Amino acid sequence: MITNNPFSGLSEIISPIAMQGFAIAMIALVAIGTLIDIIHKKNVKYFFDNAKKAKKSAKIHLSTRQRTSVILKTVAHDIATTAELGRGKRRVAHVLGMYGTIIFWVTSVLLIFSFPTAGSSTPSSLTIMWHVGAIMTCLGGFWFWLFLRVDVLAEAHPWYRIIKADLFVLALLACATFGLAWSYTQFSGVIELSYLFLVLYITSNLVLFGGVYWSKFAHMFYKPGAAIQKNLAEADGSRDNLPPLADAPKQFGLGIKREQPKHY
Amino acid sequence: MSTFVYMTRCDGCGHCVDICPSDIMHIDETIRRAVNIEPNFCWECYSCVKACPNHAIDVRGYADFAPMGHSVRVRREEEKGTISWKIKFRNGNEKNFVSPITTKPWGKFIPKLAEEASPDQGEINSQRLYTEPNGLNIDGDLPTISKDTFKKGVYY
Repeated sequence: MITNNPFSGLSEIISPIAMQGFAIAMIALVAIGTLIDIIHKKNVKYFFDNAKKAKKSAKIHLSTRQRTSVILKTVAHDIATTAELGRGKRRVAHVLGMYGTIIFWVTSVLLIFSFPTAGSSTPSSLTIMWHVGAIMTCLGGFWFWLFLRVDVLAEAHPWYRIIKADLFVLALLACATFGLAWSYTQFSGVIELSYLFLVLYITSNLVLFGGVYWSKFAHMFYKPGAAIQKNLAEADGSRDNLPPLADAPKQFGLGIKREQPKHY
Repeated sequence: MSTFVYMTRCDGCGHCVDICPSDIMHIDETIRRAVNIEPNFCWECYSCVKACPNHAIDVRGYADFAPMGHSVRVRREEEKGTISWKIKFRNGNEKNFVSPITTKPWGKFIPKLAEEASPDQGEINSQRLYTEPNGLNIDGDLPTISKDTFKKGVYY
């Protein structure tokens, strides 16, 4: 199954141009949804106003080279490994889901634009990556949604309680799960089911990319920006008015170990 | 004063929900970030501010005694056992303090909550807080006031 290109079989009923048009429409929906979100919430305006304020209270003037270095370090550490989630299951689940989703989306675009027809021989590495990406997304996403969500872990709500904040993660999980189910049924010869899963796969894509304004989708753009601003503020000494790191801790003895927030 | 959350900083970890003694720090249902659901009931204990690993919670002072432009922020470094405060005045003056998180051995006088039995659903849904009523050192149940004693039009 995982060496087959699910989009090449689809080209028999849907033209490659239509598939490519759908992919472009999804990208456009993300751009439009994020733009409306920015205008409505005014969060980018707040972000830049805050950055200006931080610059005024800066104690060290950072050169372009220093700023670039801070940004690169943030990208390599904070963003690429989602360091803000600390060391634990949440971070592992997020990293799994994040890289799974990136691989799943990038390979989807490559398969749709480069190998959309049945005649084109798709490299098996690419189709394997598409399936592995979807599986990683499912592993990280279901682990998070069933066990690690703060509503379940810290607030003691049952796992089946669905709220608006679940729109993003559930739509993403639906995409990956139905995509895998569609691929499996397509190459197992269960044609009726494969059509059902195809319809569900398309629908979940529409919900995921069309629901950017209502969902948490845009956090993947805002969070990196916030991480860069935070580290720049630490480097220039403004630190968002936070005190500096304690410099004489030895007199205070051993540190303490934080407990998991699940005391209800 | 009451706490508020910088949404871009919050990652929805739940530490503030866990520690709030008033049970007013909750998770927003739209964006899954922490939110103070009842600022009037916040007693400014700073527990959530200190517990937040991302420094996403701040306290907004009332304008009559904490004029615009002030700032009171805290950094808790568990591995060092320190808690640092930075007080910034409106005129730009700053004061910095560093203290130990606790001067007593950890776990000796402070309950190890991880070792306590998990509450059942009835206890979770109850209005009572952890250790109530025993923790209040009172005999019997929590005191109540009969509604008959209320003066209509004044209390309800």
